[in-house]
Amino acid sequence: MSTLMHSIWTIIVFVVFIGIVVWAYSSRRKKDFDEASRLALDDDKPETSSKTEEDKS
Amino acid sequence: METYNYKVVRQFAIMTVVWGIVGMLVGVIIAAELIWPQISMDLPWLHYGRLRPLHTNAVIFAFGGSALFATSYYVVQKTCHTRLFSDGLAAFTFWGWQLIIVLAAITLPLGLTSGKEYAELIWPIDILITLVWVTYALVFFGTILKRKVKHIYVANWFYGAFIITIAVLHLVNSAAIPVTLTKGYSAYAGAIDAMVQWWYGHNAVGFFLTAGFLGMMYYFIPKVANRPVFSYRLSVVHFWALISTYMWAGPHHLHYTALPDWAQSLGMVFSLILLAPSWGGMINGIMTLSGAWHKLRTDPILKFLIVSLSFYGMSTFEGPMMSIKTVNALSHYTDWTVGHVHSGALGWVALVSIGSMYALIPWVFNKPGMYSNKLIDTHFWISTVGVVLYIAAMWIAGVMQGLMWRAVNPDGTLTYSFVESLEATYPFYFVRLLGGALFLFGMFIMAYNVYKTVAGSEITDEQVAQPAH
Repeated sequence: MSTLMHSIWTIIVFVVFIGIVVWAYSSRRKKDFDEASRLALDDDKPETSSKTEEDKS
Repeated sequence: METYNYKVVRQFAIMTVVWGIVGMLVGVIIAAELIWPQISMDLPWLHYGRLRPLHTNAVIFAFGGSALFATSYYVVQKTCHTRLFSDGLAAFTFWGWQLIIVLAAITLPLGLTSGKEYAELIWPIDILITLVWVTYALVFFGTILKRKVKHIYVANWFYGAFIITIAVLHLVNSAAIPVTLTKGYSAYAGAIDAMVQWWYGHNAVGFFLTAGFLGMMYYFIPKVANRPVFSYRLSVVHFWALISTYMWAGPHHLHYTALPDWAQSLGMVFSLILLAPSWGGMINGIMTLSGAWHKLRTDPILKFLIVSLSFYGMSTFEGPMMSIKTVNALSHYTDWTVGHVHSGALGWVALVSIGSMYALIPWVFNKPGMYSNKLIDTHFWISTVGVVLYIAAMWIAGVMQGLMWRAVNPDGTLTYSFVESLEATYPFYFVRLLGGALFLFGMFIMAYNVYKTVAGSEITDEQVAQPAH
């Protein structure tokens, strides 16, 4: 019985993982994720602390 | 206009440097004690056995903890476009955490300990930790709840997982029956106590020393490189894979013990699986620089951040390898373990924290940059050489010890006594001391640079930025 439960649980967890991957990589999520990835940058902060010549331009 | 609460960030950022120096200084002292035990002058308070937990608590919870508090409070405000949920509660977490550290620095040298590795503090301090931690969770998640943007940035997911998991780990593992004010007995016994302890111990590595610092990585690398993270999708998969795998890896600390064999094998298998999410995260961080690699030449802060990820990759390859039972038969109880821990602790945790602090401190002290970029670069090279000396010495020492301990003569007797392996280790202990001392010296350079940066700065809190859309 417990072996059967372990097998079922393993399959459930595996399916959940595949589900997360499919969800994360689905094209419908692309716009949201692109926006989200800008959250670290779009907070009105002057450039980074150690400036190089190029960064100043 | 609403402003960000930078006061608590500044306080924790400064204490990160202070506790870094204290914790690493104690580390250098105990490294010297292993070579010259007489420097403890036979004082019980300076004995290796009492100072070692002081070192681990100071570097993990005081230095690493302060860095996590500082950066999480900063990142959650900036990426949620809102001020911290409560200034009063945030101040309570700062002063409460400092009090816990001071109490640890008093009780551990006095020999007051619960005897659990990385959870040595006695039960009254454990209760105080619980109070401060629950308050931390309130401030952090309260801030998330009042965010002005729809999405919760990935760094906050990692910080959030770190805060929740540490609360659970601490409550379960520190459960004890108090006998007197300074003495309590663990609520668990025998092999179960060992399993609970290493379920805690390895998840302290996985969530305190990994998830929290990955949160730091996901904000500071994109920010300092001025590019969005390489793949946001990968970061989502990275998060769920990492937090669901780490939880089961603890038994690898108990190979060939009274723990049931199936539990040992389970720990080994999950440790091997962990390689995938760990390297996924590392690649995501490093590839954020793709197309801007030249910045590594000119920006010493990026050097700290990217090299920290290289050490993260190395130690998360080494860890799964050491969790294989046959490899563990050689490595366990040797200095290889110590080398592995420091490859992660110095190479990953400390370097990513130092890099993030160099970026963060000018931001919250209203300065255009650190006082000296050249000193940051010097610090980078000194600490990198220090880590390499440290871990190379411990690898060689560890493999040598493992081989000497298992060597047998044709008649089945042991070839070497323990003391012979100890004697052979001395030169490596010396190289380790040198590496550790170099790393500590780098922290003094940092302290000077930070002092010159913040001294006399006019502190004004920045206004909360409007969301971009």
